[in-house]
Amino acid sequence: MTTETLIGQEVKRVEDHALITGRGQYIDDLRLPGLLHIAIVRSPYGHAKINNIDVSAAANATGVVSVFTGADLAEQLGSLPAGWLLDEESTGMKTPDHPPLAIERVRYVGDAVAAVVADSPAAASDAVALVEVDYEPLDAVTDAEKATQDGAPQVHDDAPNNLAFDWSVGAGDYEAAAAEADIVVSERIVNQRLIPNPMEPRGIMADYNGGTEQLTIWTSTQIPHLVRLLFALVTGHPEHKVRVVAPDVGGGFGCKLYLYAEEVICGIIAKQLERPVKWIEGRTENYIATTHGRDHIADAEICGTSDGIVTGLKVEVYANLGGYLSTFAPAIPTILFGLMLGGCYKVENISCQVKGVFTNTTPVDAYRGAGRPEATYVVERMMERYAHELGRDVLGVRRRNFVRPFKRGHDMPIGVTYDSGNYQAALGAALDIFDYQEFRQQQRAARSEGKLLGVGFSTYIEICGMAPSAVAGALGAGAGLWESSTVRVHPTGTVTVFTGTSPHGQGHETTLAQITSSRLGIPMENVEVVHGDTERHQFGTGTFGSRSLAVGGQALMMSLDKVIEKAKVIAAHEMGVDTKQVRFENGTFYVEDIQEREIPWGDVALGAYWAKNLPPGLEPGLEAVSFFDPENFTWPFGTHIAVVEIDEVTGETKLARYVAIDDVGNVINPMIVDGMVHGGIAQGVGQALQECAVYSDDGQLLTGSMMDYAVPTAEDFPSFETDRTVTPTPVNALGAKGAGETGTIAASPAVVNAAVDALKHLGVTHLNMPLSPEKMWRTIEDAKEERRARRSAAARRGN
Amino acid sequence: MNVEATITINGTEHKVQVPPRTLLSQLLRDELDMTGTHVGCDTSSCGACTVLVDGNATKSCTMFAVQADGSEVTTVEGLASNGELHPIQVAFREKHGLQCGFCTPGMMVTAVQILELNPAPSEAEIRSGLRGNLCRCTGYHNIVAAVQHAAELSGGA
Amino acid sequence: MTTGVTDPFAYHAPETVREASQALSRYRGDAKLLAGGHSLIPMMKLRVASPQAIIDLRNVEGIKGITENDDGSITIGAMTTYHELIASDAINSTAGSIVEAASQVADTQVRNWGTIGGSLAHADPAGDLPAVAVALDFAIHAQSARSKRTIASDRFFRGYLETALRPSEILTGVTVPARVEGSGCAYVKLANKASHYAIVGVAASLTIDAGGVCTAARIGITGAGPHATRSRRAERILVGKELNDSVINRASQRGGAELAGMFNDDVHASAEYREAMTQVYTARAVRAAAARATS
Repeated sequence: MTTETLIGQEVKRVEDHALITGRGQYIDDLRLPGLLHIAIVRSPYGHAKINNIDVSAAANATGVVSVFTGADLAEQLGSLPAGWLLDEESTGMKTPDHPPLAIERVRYVGDAVAAVVADSPAAASDAVALVEVDYEPLDAVTDAEKATQDGAPQVHDDAPNNLAFDWSVGAGDYEAAAAEADIVVSERIVNQRLIPNPMEPRGIMADYNGGTEQLTIWTSTQIPHLVRLLFALVTGHPEHKVRVVAPDVGGGFGCKLYLYAEEVICGIIAKQLERPVKWIEGRTENYIATTHGRDHIADAEICGTSDGIVTGLKVEVYANLGGYLSTFAPAIPTILFGLMLGGCYKVENISCQVKGVFTNTTPVDAYRGAGRPEATYVVERMMERYAHELGRDVLGVRRRNFVRPFKRGHDMPIGVTYDSGNYQAALGAALDIFDYQEFRQQQRAARSEGKLLGVGFSTYIEICGMAPSAVAGALGAGAGLWESSTVRVHPTGTVTVFTGTSPHGQGHETTLAQITSSRLGIPMENVEVVHGDTERHQFGTGTFGSRSLAVGGQALMMSLDKVIEKAKVIAAHEMGVDTKQVRFENGTFYVEDIQEREIPWGDVALGAYWAKNLPPGLEPGLEAVSFFDPENFTWPFGTHIAVVEIDEVTGETKLARYVAIDDVGNVINPMIVDGMVHGGIAQGVGQALQECAVYSDDGQLLTGSMMDYAVPTAEDFPSFETDRTVTPTPVNALGAKGAGETGTIAASPAVVNAAVDALKHLGVTHLNMPLSPEKMWRTIEDAKEERRARRSAAARRGN
Repeated sequence: MNVEATITINGTEHKVQVPPRTLLSQLLRDELDMTGTHVGCDTSSCGACTVLVDGNATKSCTMFAVQADGSEVTTVEGLASNGELHPIQVAFREKHGLQCGFCTPGMMVTAVQILELNPAPSEAEIRSGLRGNLCRCTGYHNIVAAVQHAAELSGGA
Repeated sequence: MTTGVTDPFAYHAPETVREASQALSRYRGDAKLLAGGHSLIPMMKLRVASPQAIIDLRNVEGIKGITENDDGSITIGAMTTYHELIASDAINSTAGSIVEAASQVADTQVRNWGTIGGSLAHADPAGDLPAVAVALDFAIHAQSARSKRTIASDRFFRGYLETALRPSEILTGVTVPARVEGSGCAYVKLANKASHYAIVGVAASLTIDAGGVCTAARIGITGAGPHATRSRRAERILVGKELNDSVINRASQRGGAELAGMFNDDVHASAEYREAMTQVYTARAVRAAAARATS
């Protein structure tokens, strides 16, 4: 097989052998001699003043080495930063202090107050109960809308009415459009709080060498370089003396994308004690100590003509940010939400206002999709809401409003430029799999047998390929969002690829090796992909926002081009021809039309290092470094179709069928992309049907363990039917748009639209997630009750 | 006071002395350094820690090590024999049944028992059999395909 | 707050019921019996339960396995696992609803360890087996160092995690009455998607004579209230009648009437919903049991 063909092939993953034989190296699998174990004492209150902390009993307990409070380490720990700062003047953004160990006040259940260090995990765990914290409970607020009302408890003294920011974006003139519209429909749309639930909770190990002042932090993260940078900024420990390693990471989904309190705590304690320490998060601990996602209350309004042309969309959002600003929190409900509100439609007038609100809850930040699922949910829900109100078919209305196909850039009124798109084609491909007319017949037949079926669509779009740094910087990013690569060719012609992306399940070792192998014409076994270690690779940005291939893959392409370019110079010199004459294919350098003049890749690699016959002035070695900063985001899109079945008597709602057509541009490994789509769909469907983090008014997480928060199981899904259309992006040479989040972004509106469709005949116009049996039962009962009341009123009038 | 237990793990007999509260998962990981068995929750929900105890899929985080006294335990490290991967391991790789890999050892071990009891399970039987193993990456689609494939490889379906 | 570590405890693995009972007495209520451990160990790991001692029943003689008695009844040892119940031909042919309930408990791994004795003695308000025990009229055998007795299943569940067992008593097993000609039983459940416990579970056991008249009925309800409960008021409507839609509907409207004012109300379901679903699932259980009784 020529290696060129590996692009687009279902190559089996190189990661798998270690993982299926139990040889993975996740944080808790790492060992160091003399290792100490840390357990964190956490607030049981949503909001309280700390009067006193007495650590004496804990400090004297068996096996305990030391106990640290926030006051003990105030100077060393610093304050955790928000890494995305919105324009202060226009948004009034507030950035209150965020001490890694709370000192005077705790602001959510789970807020860290002390760290116990002991010689075993059991001893550390035992001593937690012995730390006596004198709390003075304060009134708490957990609902973002209520938190902004006068008289609400204040989470931070320097953020009046708990407002972290008030951000807006728009296009055209929504109010004028609404005034002229034939029809205006409004709805309150709640996007509930979710718990990300990577199967591996977080964990950290830290080791300090007092002789060299070198601090090493192993952490289960998506962004090792940013952790190092932020750690250095926060603690003052010099960046070049910090090494951050992300070993095997058991899933992230956005919640391992920050500098966390525990990273600072463990690093500083290792330094303080000059002993290696480890902290492993328990699952119930994860539920309160690791960021949550979503939690929007949106008032949405859509307007348009009576013949189905949407002219405007208005959205006002309360975005719950939790007790503190997590690293990227300000970006999620603003940039990644507001700029998406055009969807794939020609809507000229958009108005979006977002209030970011502090509450006494676990901080909220990115969760797979991050802002884009919330936006897509509003857009796709409101499109169907509008179509229903007009009595028109949901697909007909979508088709009327679709942006026409384009290959190189389409300016949207909101101020962004989509890269390439063909929304009609994706919908068409989905309808090739799903027979819409036949379904409508089935639906009618089922209804006559007392079974409720519904179909829902989501013709979604997303912003991926994070991100053009200058654009992101102008919008508030505190770091560049480019990506880098190094391609190091060894003298024998084997290659090590270093990437700044940091995979945690995405299969970069395979995908990047496929690209390398194909470009260089060498077998995949001769390529090693290295990631997740700040000491082995220069600065990189990490893995999130479906960026790794679209940005990191392109950075790799650039380095590959550079080594090929240099190799050609060496080969040309060797062959005694002009460099321009040298061609490179399938691992061989040759000169067209001149037979017997060809040099294999390995010989050139060896020649580059042996250096006995290099062109004058050429440096020995064969290695290239590249930094790719994209000029635009990428904009994947597609059509997802969900069919649900509802038990009319109990309200139980089941996903019966799921069809997904995604357009992620060119695909390197379809097997891996399909896997990404499957997982995303499951998370989106999970949100629609069953996942929900619930707080009591005083800040207790009522869904505080896996016994109460329903992470979906295999039983909750049918097999998915997936396929693709291919519209390459012009933003990078690979033509790849990114595939990490499509499913999550598309699925929840498709499922909810399906449930509303199933209940439409009862007069139901909207449902808030999750579609729990009780909620569905109540909706059906209420709708029936209303119908009965209407009928009897009509009957009375008739009399 | 420590308790004693003799447990055969992946064919090797181990005589151990541990505090009674030591869980089987902790014995495997912390005492015996067999870290292939993962711990993903503390409520017996996620199944990442699943091992076979006398052939039965078992959440090793929900069993004190001493309860396994006299038992034969098989962990993910013991699935392959003589350097040859178990059909379930082959199938997981072949069908892309794993992404981050954290749930995978427990998932495969449970699947081994599902196929042991029912060599040709239906899709519904596989899905219901895996209810005690959570995965957040794959949407289970390819895990189900992998178990079906393993059944074929083993001459079942 | 590393979780997953229990408080320390003393460990005992007695070999007789007598020794186990004596150990229970010795710790004066601060010891816990360990059967499958799948309710107890998670509670201990979250340190919600921190007993001073664990008395492991795994070595205790005579409390395992399934025995078919001469009179057609079946005695099931307390340490018999859900998995063993599901695999038993005797249970499948005599009391299919036990299999139906056991199959719906948690998951494969839990069913490999969880035991019938543990389920009944732990008396989780949302456990599956308690409903079946009530509907099938289990005789529950309890033994201490000094005495043995049998407790009727509808008097066994007393409150939230509370049974009729005395502090030094051990549940050694249950006897399931012989199957009567024309009888049928069923267990149906609305499951909590997170824990797989019952939001509402209903077991029904009916006997229908050749003329189509229901001659006996027992209904057990779980998940809905503080403990598994027998719904006599629903049973009364069924007995002596042909089970047509109208009778079943009337009976199901009384399903769980005994729990009025006591329905559980939590983040998973309101009391109102549980009450409504108790009625729906009572009807479903009765229909399924009736179909089996007459088939």
